[in-house]
Amino acid sequence: MSDMNASLTYEVHAGDIEQGGSASAALKSELRKMGICEEQARRVGIIAFEGEMNLLLYATNGGTLKAEVTPEAIDITVEDDGPGIDDIDLAMRPGYSTAPDWALNLGFGAGMGLVNMKRNSNFFEIHSHTGKGTLIRCRVNRRKNDAAD
Amino acid sequence: MKFSDVPILLEGEILFDASAGNDVIDKAYAADLLSDVLALTEERTTLITGTISPQVIRVAEILNVIAIIFVRGKRPSQEIIDYAQRLDIPMLTTRKTMFETCGLLYANGVRPCKNRTADE
Repeated sequence: MSDMNASLTYEVHAGDIEQGGSASAALKSELRKMGICEEQARRVGIIAFEGEMNLLLYATNGGTLKAEVTPEAIDITVEDDGPGIDDIDLAMRPGYSTAPDWALNLGFGAGMGLVNMKRNSNFFEIHSHTGKGTLIRCRVNRRKNDAAD
Repeated sequence: MKFSDVPILLEGEILFDASAGNDVIDKAYAADLLSDVLALTEERTTLITGTISPQVIRVAEILNVIAIIFVRGKRPSQEIIDYAQRLDIPMLTTRKTMFETCGLLYANGVRPCKNRTADE
């Protein structure tokens, strides 16, 4: 296991379809170079990818994807400044989606994004205020035998 | 079965060939929704899809996809093919439907990858 600490930050631009997923792919690649095991890197990659696509598809001004790596865990933060989520319980329901048709054409908008972020996390929290923005924090533990559900 | 045998089976065209040691297809998952691929597959798999958005290869990278089979005559951009080459993920395209593609592969021993359903 790598003992290094690292902080990786990626800016995600609203509507930048061509680049969608590139930050998450780069993050996963960096984690593998640091010696993070494939299973944990895959989970972080999935969390990051879903967060990145949410920023690209829904956030008014895009947002920031950040990963903090410590020997104990990898903490992923996804943050934007709006529009915010009206009903978080509804947004967390598998299959619920407000995605536009163009997102569906890309293969996204199945209403699984937030659910999938939570499933792959050992810790998950979401805060959102309409008109102010959304903050999602996910943690993937680095201890062995600490898989998500 | 071997990836190199799939183009004959599916009357397909290889877009990027497998390298040595990356040539066996034994399980697969078929979906156009990449959201479902990300959420519902639980192990390395061959991906059968009609989606050719730039995200398909990035999802493949994150999930360590073994190979990609594009159906219904869909052909990804050269940028996606080049990206796949860098990752060593073999790709082919077939004019057959997803249904027929899955049926032919299943009949030749390919099985579903470990997966879950949306309500699990």
